[in-house]
Amino acid sequence: MRQIGDVILDLRNISLAFGGVKALTDISFDVREHEIRAIIGPNGAGKSSMLNVINGVYRPQHGEIIFRGEHRHGMNTHMAAASGIARTFQNIALFKGMSVLDNLMAGRNLKMKCNFIQHALWWGPARREELAHRARVEEVIDFLEIEHIRKTPVGRLPYGLQKRVELARALAAEPEILLLDEPMAGMNVEEKQDMCRFILDVNDQLGTTIVLIEHDMGVVMDISDRVVVLDYGRKIGDGVPDDVKNNPEVIAAYLGTQH
Amino acid sequence: MAAAPAASVMDAATPDTFPRLLLQHARLRGDAPAMREKDLGIWQGWTWAQVADEVAAMASGLAELGFRRGDRLAIVGDNRPRLYWAMCAAQILGGVPVPLYQDAVAQEMVFVLHDAEIRIAIVEDQEQVDKLLEVRGQCPALQHILYDDPRGLRHYTQSFLHGLDEVLAMGRIHNENQPDFIAGEIARGSPDDVSIMLYTSGTTGKPKGVCQTHRAFIAAARGGMQVDHLAADGNILSYLPMAWVGDHLFSYAQAMVAGFTVNCPESGETVLIDMREIGPSYYFAPPRVFENLLTQVMIRMEDAGRIKRSMFHFFMAVARRCGAEILDGKPVAATDRLLYWLGNLLVFGPLRNVLGMSRIRVAYTAGAAIGPDLFKFYRSIGVNLKQFYGQTETCAAVCLQPDSQIKFDSVGPPMPEVDVKIAQSGEILVRGPMLLKEYYKRPDATAESIDAEGYFHTGDAGFFDADGHLKIIDRAKDVGKLAGGAMFAPNYLENKLKFFPHIKEAVCFGHDRDMVCAFINIDMGAVGNWAERRGIPYAGYTDLAGKPEVYGLIQECIEEVNAALAADAMVADTQIHRFLVLHKELDPDDDELTRTRKVRRGFVAEKYAVLVDALYSGKPSQFIETLVRFEDGRTGKVGADLAIRDLKVFPAVRDAA
Repeated sequence: MRQIGDVILDLRNISLAFGGVKALTDISFDVREHEIRAIIGPNGAGKSSMLNVINGVYRPQHGEIIFRGEHRHGMNTHMAAASGIARTFQNIALFKGMSVLDNLMAGRNLKMKCNFIQHALWWGPARREELAHRARVEEVIDFLEIEHIRKTPVGRLPYGLQKRVELARALAAEPEILLLDEPMAGMNVEEKQDMCRFILDVNDQLGTTIVLIEHDMGVVMDISDRVVVLDYGRKIGDGVPDDVKNNPEVIAAYLGTQH
Repeated sequence: MAAAPAASVMDAATPDTFPRLLLQHARLRGDAPAMREKDLGIWQGWTWAQVADEVAAMASGLAELGFRRGDRLAIVGDNRPRLYWAMCAAQILGGVPVPLYQDAVAQEMVFVLHDAEIRIAIVEDQEQVDKLLEVRGQCPALQHILYDDPRGLRHYTQSFLHGLDEVLAMGRIHNENQPDFIAGEIARGSPDDVSIMLYTSGTTGKPKGVCQTHRAFIAAARGGMQVDHLAADGNILSYLPMAWVGDHLFSYAQAMVAGFTVNCPESGETVLIDMREIGPSYYFAPPRVFENLLTQVMIRMEDAGRIKRSMFHFFMAVARRCGAEILDGKPVAATDRLLYWLGNLLVFGPLRNVLGMSRIRVAYTAGAAIGPDLFKFYRSIGVNLKQFYGQTETCAAVCLQPDSQIKFDSVGPPMPEVDVKIAQSGEILVRGPMLLKEYYKRPDATAESIDAEGYFHTGDAGFFDADGHLKIIDRAKDVGKLAGGAMFAPNYLENKLKFFPHIKEAVCFGHDRDMVCAFINIDMGAVGNWAERRGIPYAGYTDLAGKPEVYGLIQECIEEVNAALAADAMVADTQIHRFLVLHKELDPDDDELTRTRKVRRGFVAEKYAVLVDALYSGKPSQFIETLVRFEDGRTGKVGADLAIRDLKVFPAVRDAA
């Protein structure tokens, strides 16, 4: 049984501005190990910026990030990936011309030890390494049930499947924290149900901590353990789904005004 | 080693039950591959010796759970090695495996679970476990549920749920403590024990459990092997429902008798890819699968470049002219032979490879009539496609086309040891060793279908042609009469319509009416592609089905059929006068088709009575709203205003040239 552990990622007083535009203002929240943490808010609330701060795409002007007890002021993307943070994107970011399998192998790039020449010759250690990685990738393929498209170029797949491949690519990196940026945007009900099941399975069976941004309130309230609500770059709510649902400020900003 | 005593007992004769066959393979050719399954991207294999070992462990595990002689074991899932082994494990213990259709919804399973008094069920995965849990309240006899794939089941704490791994481990301990147990159980088996219960699809009334003995299925398997020389070095891809008699004959009975290798695909969606990787030597598919393959090839050819397309069409014309004759070993002109050789190099060979049919020695089809063009297509590109005829009650083995005597409109002469005769009424009667023992708990139905002379009444109407090949016309009870007195065989018409790639399903009406009218279901893939190439926009199935252009397309198809019907005096009066295109696909989830995808004519006529009335009352259109059931059990409504069109009817041509 999954047990929510200690705080693994702590964000303290994060402020981020692009010139005069304040994207995030003094935001603090934490993420516990093995939990599903949702970030919600209206368009432009700063949700994606928040994810970008976590995995080092943006460097906040103020505040600090404590990951596994270590202070990270200047986290960059490479460090984030190397320390076990993987993500998917709102608009799919896969290599469209490459097969699903190759995309997933690319997801394991960071874990490969052999150098370029060894890989080019595909001899000895490089070969063993690739076989080992391929075995891990096959487990991910099995987990997300994408066997039938293993060798299909990603660009030929329908949108819902591309989203699943993107999740697979992130999972191939065996992350500790998985950041999902609107994993269900643009999907139909059935695809959403599938995606929810996969997210829950990942969390439950692999123990991966998940931070997700999602607009579908039903999904958010159903699958997340705790929810952070942002509005205009400020945090206006934080807690378990039921608390957030009843928070008047949240209702006014996002869920619709009560009459 | 546990097998040794039993093995010496059976040296005297050829094995006469499936467990004894398994032991013989394990003993004589233990290292030969028996089964493969693609798992995590790699084909995993088991030799006959390993299979025998696994089956023995499973049997003892089942015995530990309280499975007794005569018990029935439900098996639900896709074609997985361990589910096939479960069949043999049950047979070792003198029990009867009962495979269920894996895509049936939970409520549909209740009947069989109840009827067969299932105490233990082996299922594939979480999906099937959930279904059984849903109906467990209605099946008080169900005591244990065993699952093959533990994924997603970690939090299921019910004590009656067991992973197959645990059961196998338990069985291995049992076999260590009692090394003679399995051999003893196998020795107690008799060839006249019931080896399997297969439920009929239930086109009429409730499904019935057909009890077949070891002797019957082994005889059926041998008959087919004799005609087609099936050998131990073959490979077959097992992807059709395990509850279907054809799969049981081919993937279980014949594999056990002949000893060839059974390959289980990775998942239902990867069958085509897996087929290319395995390159099976025997292939078995209902006509609709061959049809889908051909449709896909044609769609891709239409989208191909001009050079490729013209090359394809040129050589296909050559193949149509002489391909089937070359396959049959008939004399063919030298120039054609040369062209065909070239075509084989450039088109047919690569095409067979794409279809995964490069190594096929024999391909079979059965279950429904196959279109002449479709049939000829495969034969002309060098795939030895054959038809056979049979039903669940006859182990699917009544007639089979021998090599070089292939006709598209007959199913071949009776198989060895099978006696076929035609009743006065035109019904086909069958007698032979492969006949069912009985319907489970239905002596009334057994007495009704097997007469005093031991002939089984198939319910099909047919006749023998001049060469002694059996021709099937229709279900005997479906053959009706028009008000004018002409014979009306709806299936015959529907099959002719379905031979068009754009028509997926058709339902014809006409019994006791003055003319024939039809419902049409378009084929979404083919018509969708057709519409795209013409720049016709559409929003979905219902929208596409209602387009006037699509109506025009379908109209052309039906009028072509009418012209063909007019040329045959027997059926000239059954030309189709009016038709409409249905707004939704007929679906087994809505009870409109059986699980084997045969139309439930009566049910459809009742459900769409408004539409039938509109067809016969001369209305130009009719509004209808239909309840549909989604896969997850929810329901929704689909409504549309359906146009109805009149068709051109041709004067009957007497003595057509």
